[in-house]
Amino acid sequence: MFIINCPYCGERDQTEFSCGGEAHIERPKQPTELSDDQWAEYLFMRKNIKGIQFERWNHIHGCRKWFNVVRDTSNDKIHAVYKMGERPPVK
Amino acid sequence: MSNNLRINKNNFIDQTVRISFKFNGKKLFGYKGDTLASALLANNIHLVGRSFKYHRPRGIMTCGSEEPNAIVQVAKDPALTDPNVRATEIELYEGLEAFSQNCWPSVNFDIGGINNFLSPLLPAGFYYKTFMWPASFWEKYEFFIRHSAGLGKSPTKPDQDLYDHQYLHCDVLIIGGGISGILSAKLSAEKGLNTILIDDKSYLGGSTIYQDDDIFKINSETSNLWLKNQIEKLKKIPNLTIKNRTSVAAFHGYNYLLARENLTDHLGAHERKGKIRQRLLKIRAKKVVIATGAIERPLIFSNNDRPGIILSSSIKKYIDYYGVKTGENISLFTNNDSAYETAISLNKIGVKVKVIIDIRENPSSILSEKIEKIGIKILRGHTITNTDGYKRIKSIDVMKLSKDGENVVGNKTTYKCDCLGISGGWTPMVHLFTQSGGKLKFRNNDNVFIPDENKTPSEQISVGSSNGDFELDDVINNTIKKIKIFLNLDKNDYENLDIKCSKEKQKRNIWLLPSNKPISKSKPFLDFQNDSTAKDVKLALREGFKSIEHVKRYTTTGMGTDQGKLSNMHALGIIADTTGTNMGELGTTTFRPPYTPLTFGAIVGRNVGEFFDHTRRTAIHDWHVENKAEFENVGQWKRPWYFPKNGETMYQAVQRESKAARESAGILDASTLGKIDIQGEDASEFLNRVYTNAWSKLGIGKCRYGLMLNEDGMVYDDGVTTRLGENHYIMTTTTGGAANVLSKLEDYLQTEWPELNVYLTTVTDQYSTMSICGPNSKKIIKKIIPSLDLSDESFPHMSFKNTKIDNVNCRIMRISFTGEHSYEINVQSNYAKDVWEKCIEAGKEFNITPYGTETMHLLRAEKGFIITGQDTDGTLTPSDLQMDWIIGKKKYDFIGKRSLYRSDTIREDRKQLVGLLTDDPKEVLEEGAQLVESLEKPIDMLGHVTSSYFSPNLNKSIALAVVRSGKKLKGKKLIVPMENKNINVTITDTVFYDKENKRLNA
Ligand SMILES: [Zn+2]
Repeated sequence: MFIINCPYCGERDQTEFSCGGEAHIERPKQPTELSDDQWAEYLFMRKNIKGIQFERWNHIHGCRKWFNVVRDTSNDKIHAVYKMGERPPVK
Repeated sequence: MSNNLRINKNNFIDQTVRISFKFNGKKLFGYKGDTLASALLANNIHLVGRSFKYHRPRGIMTCGSEEPNAIVQVAKDPALTDPNVRATEIELYEGLEAFSQNCWPSVNFDIGGINNFLSPLLPAGFYYKTFMWPASFWEKYEFFIRHSAGLGKSPTKPDQDLYDHQYLHCDVLIIGGGISGILSAKLSAEKGLNTILIDDKSYLGGSTIYQDDDIFKINSETSNLWLKNQIEKLKKIPNLTIKNRTSVAAFHGYNYLLARENLTDHLGAHERKGKIRQRLLKIRAKKVVIATGAIERPLIFSNNDRPGIILSSSIKKYIDYYGVKTGENISLFTNNDSAYETAISLNKIGVKVKVIIDIRENPSSILSEKIEKIGIKILRGHTITNTDGYKRIKSIDVMKLSKDGENVVGNKTTYKCDCLGISGGWTPMVHLFTQSGGKLKFRNNDNVFIPDENKTPSEQISVGSSNGDFELDDVINNTIKKIKIFLNLDKNDYENLDIKCSKEKQKRNIWLLPSNKPISKSKPFLDFQNDSTAKDVKLALREGFKSIEHVKRYTTTGMGTDQGKLSNMHALGIIADTTGTNMGELGTTTFRPPYTPLTFGAIVGRNVGEFFDHTRRTAIHDWHVENKAEFENVGQWKRPWYFPKNGETMYQAVQRESKAARESAGILDASTLGKIDIQGEDASEFLNRVYTNAWSKLGIGKCRYGLMLNEDGMVYDDGVTTRLGENHYIMTTTTGGAANVLSKLEDYLQTEWPELNVYLTTVTDQYSTMSICGPNSKKIIKKIIPSLDLSDESFPHMSFKNTKIDNVNCRIMRISFTGEHSYEINVQSNYAKDVWEKCIEAGKEFNITPYGTETMHLLRAEKGFIITGQDTDGTLTPSDLQMDWIIGKKKYDFIGKRSLYRSDTIREDRKQLVGLLTDDPKEVLEEGAQLVESLEKPIDMLGHVTSSYFSPNLNKSIALAVVRSGKKLKGKKLIVPMENKNINVTITDTVFYDKENKRLNA
C-alpha cells in the first residue's frame, strides 16, 4: 500500500484514493466528427504500461480532487504528482 | 527410560511454577516458560501427529514457526477451538488442552496409516491423475478426499474472542529480537529515533541468549551474558517500544507492514476474560531493519521423518533454554559446524553423544577440536543411508560417501539411538524482504539466497543471519557497520568489540544424500507436512515439469501451513542438480504473505457483526420499525420492503399495498434516493452535457426525467432533476448509484470541463423524501397544506413548489414513479418523521397505505418504468430500452452520444427491453429465467426475464425482459423452460397499465 502526496492535502495512505486510469487522454471536443475507429481509440484503448505510467488519481476519501501521478507500475514508486491542467514532467 | 527428561540447570524456565495440561486426553505437567512442545518432550512424548498423505507417525522436529509436524488442535470448546497451532510456538498455560490432528481413531493407531503401505501407488500428482476420470465419479472422490485430507477442525460456533487493529508509525522498525536486532534497536533508539522492536517470542535475545560457552566471547564475557546486559540497557531507553509475541505477517510497499500481536494466547482461560486476544498492527515505518535470523535445514535421506529426528539446533535450544533432554542416546548428522555446538551442550548435561556423522572430509575448527578433546566420535565423509523405528527412531545405518558424494561405498554400520539431530546448514529468512519487492542473489559457497542490496525497493536493510552472516563476529560487526550507514550514526560503543568465536573451515553440501538402495526403494522426505519426497520432485521433472512453480504445485512441496520453510531449498537444490542448472538462475518460488498463518479474527478485528459495514437508516426508520416493516438491504441502506399486517405473507402484503396505492393512496419513504445540489452559472449547460435530453429550456419550478449514459453509450443512472432557480438544480439519482454518480460528475467537472462554473454538493442525508401517490393524494396534501394551490394549472405534473408544512420548509414535486397522481415531499431530515406522521394522520380517512420497495417495484413495472441495475446491466443503450424519445437528437454532444451510433450499438439484433405476458395469467415467471424460441437442441438463448410480478391491478402476471431483436418481436410466442415445466409467453409492449397516462392527472 503506497503513500500518495495529494497536491492539496499532502501525504496520505493509498486507501484514501481511487485510481482513474491513464492520464492525458482528453475527451474529444467534437466527437461527432470522429470515425468509429477514432472514437474507439479514445473510448477503449489504454496503454497499461509496465514501468513509468502517467495516471489520474482522485483523493476520494479526502478533498475529492483529481490530479495526476507518475508511477512506476513495476515497483509502485511515485516519481511526480501534479495538478490537473498542469504540464506533465518531462518523460 | 525415565519419563522425566527435565534437567535442573537453566535460567529461562520457572521450575517453581508447575502447570498442568492435557494432550490427547492425558494429564501431563510442565513449567512456566515451556512451550507445548518442550513440555511434551520433557514427558518423553515425540509422536504428536500423522503425516498428511501417508499418515506416517511424525514427531516434534523444530522449536519454532517452521515446525511441519507438531501441528495440534487447541481447546475443545466449539467456539474457541483453534486448529493448526504449532506446538513449538504455543506457550504452556494452566488447563491447556491439545489434540493431535490428521489421525483417526488415535495418533498411536491410525487407520490412514495403510496409505503408507500403499505409498508406491501415491506418487506426485496422484490426485490429479486418478481423480479426474470419469467425471461422473467426482462426487465419490470428493467424499474420499475430504475425509482423508485436511488439517484440524474449524470451530463450529462463532468466535467469542475480541480482536483489535492498531496503527503504528515509527522512524525505525526492527523485526527480530536476536543479537543483530537488539544491537540495531539500541543504536537506533539511542540516536533518539522513535523505534519499534518486534519479536515473535516471549523473550528477547534469539539463540545467542542461551549460547553459553567459552568459545563464544564478547569483551571477555560469554556471549549470552554480554547480550543480557545489552538487553537490560535497551529496555531503559524511553523512545523504544518492544512488542513481544508479535509476528510480522506481511511487508508491503512503502514500508507498510502488518503484524499480529498475541496478547492472551499464553494465558489460562480465567486470565483471558474481557481481554483482547490478538491485535493486528498496521505499521508505517520510515525505515525497516530486517533481523529475522535463519532457520536450520534438515538433511534429505531415506526415512528422515521418524519421530525423534530433530533439527540439531532445536535439540540445543531444548536443553539450553527449556532444560529438556530430547533423548538419552543421541547421535548427530551434519554438513556444518553448528551440530558441534549442540554436542557440546549435550555433553555438558551428561547426555551421551554416540557419534557425529559429518559429510565433510575435513571439518577442523575450534568447535571440532573441542569435540575431539571431549572424546565424541566423528565419522567424517559419511552419511546416513537409512533409519529404523516406527513411532520413534531406534537406529541409523551409516556408510562412507564416495569422493564425488554421489554414491556410498564400503559396509554399513548400524548405530542405536533414541534421537537424531540433523543439520543441513542454514537458510536466511528472506521472506519479508522478498514480500516487499526485494530481489535475492545466490551465494554459491554455502548455497544461500540472500538479499541483493542493489535491488531493495524501500528504505530497509537486512542484518544478521537473515542477511547471510552466520558467525558471531560477522553478525555483530556487519550489523554495526550497516546500521551506522543506514541511520547516519557517529561513532558508537560497538565498533571495537573484542569478539571470539569459532570459524567454520570447510563446507560441503549434498541436497539429496545417496543411499545403498535405489531411490525407488527409499523415502527421502522433503516436505514433511505435505509428505512429498525427493522421488516426487524427480518424477515431476521426468514428466516434463520445468518451472519450479509448477513442480511445487504438482508435488505440493512447500504448500503446507509452514509454506515450505524447511523444504523449499532442498526442492530447488534437487531440481537444479537433476536438470544441471545453477540454483541462482533457477530462482525461488514466490514468498507470499502471511509469514505465519493469521487468524481470521485478527484480520477482521472489530469489523464483525453490526460493525461489518455501515448501516444507513432514513430519518423515518423508527416509524417503520414501530409499524412492523420488513427491511431490505439496498447497498448500506435499510429500506422498508413491505409492511405485513396480521400475519400476511410478503405476497399478500404487496398485493394489498399495490391495490391501495392505485385505488386510494399510498406512501413511500424515498429518502434513500441520491440527491445532488447543483449550483453555478453553467448548471444548465452542465446538465445538457451529462443527460441525454435537453435542459436549457426547462423553466424554473419544473422537473424533468433524465437518463445518464456512460461514455460507451450504455445507460448508467436515471432520475428526476428539478430546477429550483436560475442557476440552481436538485438532481435525484438511484439509491445505489448516488455516490458513483457524484464522483463521475465531479470527474467531468474537474478534468474535462474545468471551464464550467458548477458546484456539486451531496444532500442525500440532509433531505428526506416521502412520496404520496394515488387518486386521493391530492386531498391529503390539501389537508396538510391548505394554502397551497393544487390545481393542474398552478401545480401541474412535473413541477415543483417551495412551501411550508406548519413551520417546516419543504419542497414538493409533483412527479410520479407509479403512474398515479402523486407528490414528493422533501424536508430537512430532522423534521422528516414528524412530517411523515402528519401525512399518515391526514391520510387515515383515505386508508393511506405505507408501502415498501417491493410494491414500488411492482407499481412501476405495471407502467413499464425501468429500474437501472435491475432491468439494465450496463449493456443496454436507451434505444435498447425503447427509450429513443429521451435522446436529444439536436444536441451536439452529451456523455455517451457518439457511442449511440457505433456499428455495435446500431445493430438491430441487440438485446432489447420488452414486456411479457404468460399464456396462463396466474403463472408468475422467475426473474433471471431464460427465454427460448424452441426446445430443439442446440437451444438458442434469446434473453432473460428482468422483472416479474403478479399485478393485482390487472389481475394477471406481468414481466419485463431483454430479448434479442425484441423490438421487432411484438406478439411473438416464446418459451421459458423451467426445471419442471415449460412456460409459454408472448412478447408485448412494456407498458401494461394506463397506457394513455390518464391517471397522472386523475
Ligand atoms: Zn487531497
